[in-house]
Amino acid sequence: MTTTPGLAAPASAPEDVPVAPPRRGLRRDGLAGPLMAGPAVLLLVLFVAVPFFAAVGFSFYNVRLGDPRDPTFMGLTQYARIFTDPDVSSRFLSALLHNLVFAAVVVPVQTALALALAMLVQKSIPGIGIFRSVYFLPVVFPIALVALIWRLILARGDDGLLNALLGFFSGGAFGGQDWLGSELTALASVIVLSIWQGVGFQMVILLAALQQVPADLYEAARLDRANAWQRFVHVTLPGINTTLVFVALYTMILSLRVFDQIYVLARSGGGLNEDATRTVMFEAVTSAFDENNIGRASAISVVFFVIVVVLSLVQRRATRERED
Amino acid sequence: MTQTGSAAPADRRRRRAHVPRYAVLVVTSILFFAPVAYMAAASLAPASRTLAGFEVFDPREWGLHNYTGVASSLSSDSTGHLWRFFFVSFTVTVSVVGLGLVVNSMAAFALSRLSWRGRNLVLLGILLLLIVPFEAVAVPMFYLYNDARNTLWIQIAPFIGNALSIFLFYSFFSGIPRSIDEAARMDGAGPLRVFWQIIAPMSKPAYASVAVLTFLTQWGAFLWPVLMISEPNLRPLPLQISVFAGQLPPAWGEVMAFGVLLVVPVVVVFLVFQRWFIEGVASSAVKG
Repeated sequence: MTTTPGLAAPASAPEDVPVAPPRRGLRRDGLAGPLMAGPAVLLLVLFVAVPFFAAVGFSFYNVRLGDPRDPTFMGLTQYARIFTDPDVSSRFLSALLHNLVFAAVVVPVQTALALALAMLVQKSIPGIGIFRSVYFLPVVFPIALVALIWRLILARGDDGLLNALLGFFSGGAFGGQDWLGSELTALASVIVLSIWQGVGFQMVILLAALQQVPADLYEAARLDRANAWQRFVHVTLPGINTTLVFVALYTMILSLRVFDQIYVLARSGGGLNEDATRTVMFEAVTSAFDENNIGRASAISVVFFVIVVVLSLVQRRATRERED
Repeated sequence: MTQTGSAAPADRRRRRAHVPRYAVLVVTSILFFAPVAYMAAASLAPASRTLAGFEVFDPREWGLHNYTGVASSLSSDSTGHLWRFFFVSFTVTVSVVGLGLVVNSMAAFALSRLSWRGRNLVLLGILLLLIVPFEAVAVPMFYLYNDARNTLWIQIAPFIGNALSIFLFYSFFSGIPRSIDEAARMDGAGPLRVFWQIIAPMSKPAYASVAVLTFLTQWGAFLWPVLMISEPNLRPLPLQISVFAGQLPPAWGEVMAFGVLLVVPVVVVFLVFQRWFIEGVASSAVKG
């Protein structure tokens, strides 16, 4: 690659121009490239690449913070433990299950809701900007704050707004639910508040895709007397297919990363049922933080990463197949 | 006269056709806005009304006592000072966004426009780092950088270099015709000048998008501060509100007042730069 400009420059240069200037340009380039890329590359090495390889390394040892003894090599014991040792694996596997349930619900529901909202605000009718802003507004709310707002709305007994509403509409027959504390509804509550916070982001991505679908395709479909549903299935969906797949898989990776709202609700007076909602990241952080078990937390991080990579590869393949 | 006379019924018909759409828009907006309205109402209501069903919305009892309360609750070194949390969040976010724009766009320029030994290797490395989420390296970083706990710089430095930002800049720069900067190079402009005076000014949308995406993630940053910050005066806002909410007995009205204070700066930034927010988020999908 580096020789290409050197070969190309003299060929394209007029004959009376000496060869020196392009070569000087090349030498300047030779230094400018690494210098301009240097700061970002250095930071990425220090704060992504090195920690990543450290995670793999730590996962083979029983690393502890402030431990005077040297860490001993354990091979794959940490991995074996998180999957098979009942003391550890029950928590880790339930965390993994919660992530998968979270993803299985949030990916279709949030993507469908985002698409519905995007189609709702697609037409530029008077005042549409206000509605777009309202749906997008929760995206700028830090999820830690969102968790606290919903903790109060979902408060148990008749105190919470949701219970009061349900009690009002059912004439007092229904209400008094402990949404965050009950094993049945804890994860569902976290899912609802997460979708509320995040759906505007996906809506905006899908709105941009909808606006790329050529208007004459709709016109042609209308001339063929296609009804609204047929236009949606045969024009809209094929037109935004690539983006839809991107959004769905992006949402899936976000679902695996869930941590903030669980931690806030479990640790800051939220009364969240921890056993019914813990996620893989929550497990990694509590292993590192509460139990000072960096080795196990690193093994969890590596497993987490492998899952993310597998899903990213699925995403690439799915997207590429659609494009072909 | 005849023109307006014939246009009016058509107009009215068109407006009537939008009625169902408006109805759905209004109902969903109310559902979406309800939690925000609840936060605002709870920040104004007395403590006895915060968790008392609809009574929180009774405006006769509203006042600013929760705001004065949160200001006086958070005014000592043991609790941290209210202004300090804003200072930390503001400093961290502005530094990460500002330095990130410079560092990442410069790297993307070097990768897309300059030829140098190792360029393809670096490009490949960055594409690989793109799939490493921060969560996967948070724990080992907590161990590796333990000596830097409770500092401002450790909240900033890890987030300046960003593979996704480089990738977004790289895609944008690659879409600018090469003839434009090659002409400048012919006139003797060095790489830095081509970048600074030609490519960067042409790429304002890319800068705006990356700025918005970085701002959104950074203002809400929680996981890293949880691991690294225990000193009250170095807590960013999202960490502090969770600590504040965890106090016993919790003063929920004051927590919600804190929430309003926390979110108002972002909402103002959002409303002012709305167009860039929308375009920035929409452009994050170029990966697909």
